[in-house]
Amino acid sequence: MDFSQIIPSLPSLWDGMKLTLQLLLLAVAGGIALGTVLALARMSNSALLSGFAKAYVNYFRSIPLLLVITWFYLAVPMILNWITGEFVAVGAFTSCLVAFVMFEAAYYCEIVRAGIQSISKGQINAAYAVGMTYSQAMRLIILPQAFRKMTPLLLQQTIILFQDTSLVYAVGLIDFLNAARARGDIMGQSHEFLIFAGAVYFVISFGASSLVKRLQKRLAV
Amino acid sequence: MDALLQLNAVSQAYAGKPVIDNMSFQLAEGEIACLLGSSGCGKTTVLRCIAGFEPLRGGDIRLNGERIAAPGYNKPAHLRAVGMVFQDYALFPHLDVAANVGFGLRGLGDGERKARIGLMLEVVGLSALAGAYPHELSGGQQQRVALARALAPRPRLLLLDEPFSNLDVDLRQRLSHEVRGILKEQGMTAIMVTHDQQEAFAMADKVGVMHHGHLQQWASPYQLYHEPASRYVADFIGQGAFVPAVISGPQCVTLEVGEYCSLTPLAYQVGAQVDVLLRPDDVVHDDHSELTAVVKGKVFMGSEFMYTLQLPSGQQVLAQVPSHHNHAIGEAIGIRLELDHLIAFAR
Repeated sequence: MDFSQIIPSLPSLWDGMKLTLQLLLLAVAGGIALGTVLALARMSNSALLSGFAKAYVNYFRSIPLLLVITWFYLAVPMILNWITGEFVAVGAFTSCLVAFVMFEAAYYCEIVRAGIQSISKGQINAAYAVGMTYSQAMRLIILPQAFRKMTPLLLQQTIILFQDTSLVYAVGLIDFLNAARARGDIMGQSHEFLIFAGAVYFVISFGASSLVKRLQKRLAV
Repeated sequence: MDALLQLNAVSQAYAGKPVIDNMSFQLAEGEIACLLGSSGCGKTTVLRCIAGFEPLRGGDIRLNGERIAAPGYNKPAHLRAVGMVFQDYALFPHLDVAANVGFGLRGLGDGERKARIGLMLEVVGLSALAGAYPHELSGGQQQRVALARALAPRPRLLLLDEPFSNLDVDLRQRLSHEVRGILKEQGMTAIMVTHDQQEAFAMADKVGVMHHGHLQQWASPYQLYHEPASRYVADFIGQGAFVPAVISGPQCVTLEVGEYCSLTPLAYQVGAQVDVLLRPDDVVHDDHSELTAVVKGKVFMGSEFMYTLQLPSGQQVLAQVPSHHNHAIGEAIGIRLELDHLIAFAR
């Protein structure tokens, strides 16, 4: 084992990590936003809305993420082509981001829904009783409390997503794992680079997970 | 005076099971009413229908003459200007006291809003706790915040759902007087729901007794106690005993202890068998009376004893007697009846 080339390679590995983090942050923001909309739709009185949201969630939770990523890599440019009638160049990054947002939204939806349902029905009635509309009550009373309660679950899901971002290597994006793999090949130390990458994923994921557990304890008090 | 709130033949059912059955009553502006009944009698459902949280199955509800609920029509709760204080208070845990109270005032300007919050907190005596969070407050304080929050947007009508049931007895009594004072001072029309008749008597101008979804009687506390309209109400409100008697004249009955006449005509034929309601305060201890009864039981209540007395026939009655008349069990004591309100029910 020879880890000598890792230090000189850190700048290019860091470039990969930057892409990983960028993808992660955007996917989390988009996933939670879309997931919240889906959760509200799923709890709506309209059978059409709730039926659609339910089908969406069930569909995306029943197919592999890798399939979604590769499929969107092909589909997003095609769909844009249909809509606009011309060829739009969509980078692998954008198509991956769309795939992650749509896939993760299904999981975030269930977390948000459970969070909203954990808030007592009395809270929304109390908001109505002082003259608030449904959307005001949701925005100002229910969602702030629900998000506080579900923060640990949202963070756990985000840690899983952090690991899943490595799947973008399938469409050739240079994320942290792909950067380590490529660099290792070039340097002829592929084992060492993969072991290093594994250690980095472990430290970040396990560290974050421990922090979430501590947060959970504090929120539970 | 026109009624502020009218319920006309209101009905509600869950899964085909009637919860409110053909209920009608009216409430004038500034009046405080109380729906009284054991749990499961439908009283909270009535509030929820008035608040707009549940659609109606039958009848209609009018607020200030405007129809706000009928089968197939439900004016949205947030447009009704009906405030509510919930049994569990339902304070917003992520907002401080001032923000809770001010939550319904989002339409106002900043200055006006602050002034209203300040005034409301002063009314409920919590000015010092404006910045505290609900979990930092005692039950009584949370109750006051809930009241201030409900009053702040100046609702037309305030609903209170068992507002004191989570408090200890002492605080419950103090707060119910205090809340009545606040509501009267604000000229607020209100309906409270409770299963505690002392609370109902202390708070309300009008009390409605409910049983299995029926409104049994809608009257002042005094009338409910002294002129109950049904055997159920007579039994449910206060204490007392039903004593067999025979109607002996248009206004008179004969009990085993003699003939008593009412100030008003009785609705029974002469000779009819009835039960007469004897309240503990109808049976007066009088050492000079020739009529005696034997003490069978006694409960010390501080200023009074509640004696269980046995008449010669074996019939037992309750008597409320000032506690310096301390008689032993088994002793015969003189009594007389003061039946100003002669209440008889067909047997």
